[in-house]
Amino acid sequence: MKKRAWYALLVLPFIGTLFPQIYNRAEPALFGIPFFYWYQLAWVIVTSLLLGIVVIATRRRDDV
Amino acid sequence: MSSGTIIFALLVIGVTALGFLASRWGNPNLGSLDEWALGGRRFGTLVSWFLLGGDLYTAYTFIAVPALVYGVGALGFFAVPYATIAYPIAFVILSRFWGIAHRRGYLTAADFVRDRFGDRTLEIAVASTGVLAALPYIALQLDGMRAVFAKIGGAFAASDGLLALVVAFVLLAGYTYTSGLRAPAMIAFVKDTLIYVTVIAAITIIPARLGGWAHIFSVSQQTLAARPKADSTLLAPQQYFAYATWAFGSSLSLFIYPHSITSVLAAKSRGVIRRNAALLPIYSLLLGFLALLGFCAIAAGIVTSNSSSVVPTLIDRFFPSWFAGIAQAAIVIGALVPAAIMAIGSANLFSSNIVAGFTASRASGNATLAKRLTLGFCAIALLLVMVVPVQYAIYFQLLGGAWMLQIFPAFVFGMYTRWFHPKALLLGWVCGMTAATAMAAATGFTPNITLHVGGTAITGFLALYALAINLAVAALATLAMRAIRADAGIDMTTEADYA
Repeated sequence: MKKRAWYALLVLPFIGTLFPQIYNRAEPALFGIPFFYWYQLAWVIVTSLLLGIVVIATRRRDDV
Repeated sequence: MSSGTIIFALLVIGVTALGFLASRWGNPNLGSLDEWALGGRRFGTLVSWFLLGGDLYTAYTFIAVPALVYGVGALGFFAVPYATIAYPIAFVILSRFWGIAHRRGYLTAADFVRDRFGDRTLEIAVASTGVLAALPYIALQLDGMRAVFAKIGGAFAASDGLLALVVAFVLLAGYTYTSGLRAPAMIAFVKDTLIYVTVIAAITIIPARLGGWAHIFSVSQQTLAARPKADSTLLAPQQYFAYATWAFGSSLSLFIYPHSITSVLAAKSRGVIRRNAALLPIYSLLLGFLALLGFCAIAAGIVTSNSSSVVPTLIDRFFPSWFAGIAQAAIVIGALVPAAIMAIGSANLFSSNIVAGFTASRASGNATLAKRLTLGFCAIALLLVMVVPVQYAIYFQLLGGAWMLQIFPAFVFGMYTRWFHPKALLLGWVCGMTAATAMAAATGFTPNITLHVGGTAITGFLALYALAINLAVAALATLAMRAIRADAGIDMTTEADYA
């Protein structure tokens, strides 16, 4: 039952990306790229890492 | 002949040979459906990563996303949150589906729906939705290839690239028929490598030559604002809802397309799917950078009414001939891989669920019919490109995406609950399909529709609205069916299948 709690991490990408009011800004820019763009690209990496954590934390014996 | 054309020709000939050679991979018996259509269900993490990446991130995607950003600015970037949240969804849903499919021997999503709900009509509805959604998608891959052929010139450009397209496609049909899923799986290694090389080169060279990102974005902002229909490098507040629903709705349908299901079921274990959900977002990063090329095209002063020429024009302008050859090969091969998988996925649906219904004993089935159908689907897609104007193919593909989402209640909710009545799901599907088609026609085939609710206008993704209608109808009809104690069909799956 405890293992299931890890799945809650997967809610974060939805909150982070589906509310443009959070990130619809030009500043702070990164290498000249407006915040709007690099923020969403950063979420790609964060989502990948979160999934990696959940994959490992919820691994079953039969997952080869 | 330029150095670029020679490199291009060599790469395309090389992958064709690879496609035919793939039939010897693992010394399979290609007369069996599992071997031909799913590569024997033996692909490990690495092969699946290349295959799924090659399958989901199509040439059309790589041309259409930058073109959309070029056309509408910030709104076009919805593809990035879409390709981000698709993975948590895939992780949860597909690892469950893989387990059930593995135990019950499914080849398609419709196999599951039939097994779960015991309703032949619902099975046909789900299968035909997939086939209809895949056809225009294949056609658009072909159109992307044709645009590249026309750009290369020489013999390739004969009759606007059509001749080269026909040759390339007959070869594709040939090796798909011979090698099955092994052909695109093998070619995907080449495709993805070329795509990575091209995008990384483009993203380092082009912005530097244009004076850096800050300059690119400031020019883009001015140019977009000055257009007749003004856009921006940031969203307008009234676009928030459209942006979010477009991304969310698209991410729900990405993995229920037949070509996604085919690649997923080729994995050898549940762990392969789980790990790939974490590893595939690397492709989304690539897609994001590619989307930014849309702004590079604006800053470079490219003016075109044919938005799908944006990327080929950028390549042509900024790369030396030999590298342009590599980039063009990346696009063409990038179209061949998903086209082959889409043809296989559609053939699976047609032979497994439309011609005859799914039965558990079919698992050891014969591949002859599916192989022949693959040739048929390739021919239809080719015909679509030759006869129908490309704009209609784009409309059709957009509509296909909205249709695809309408199998979500039967397929995805069905994996978690048997509460819905099969006839209610069917009624919901009919209403969802009708609503999606009507809304798409009413908006002139744009993805978002504006609804007026109590004096305020809300613009959102129409496929998601159609899904809401679908679900509401299915739920109400289920209550009605229960009230009259209608026969709910036989569920052949057991609790243990979902473990």
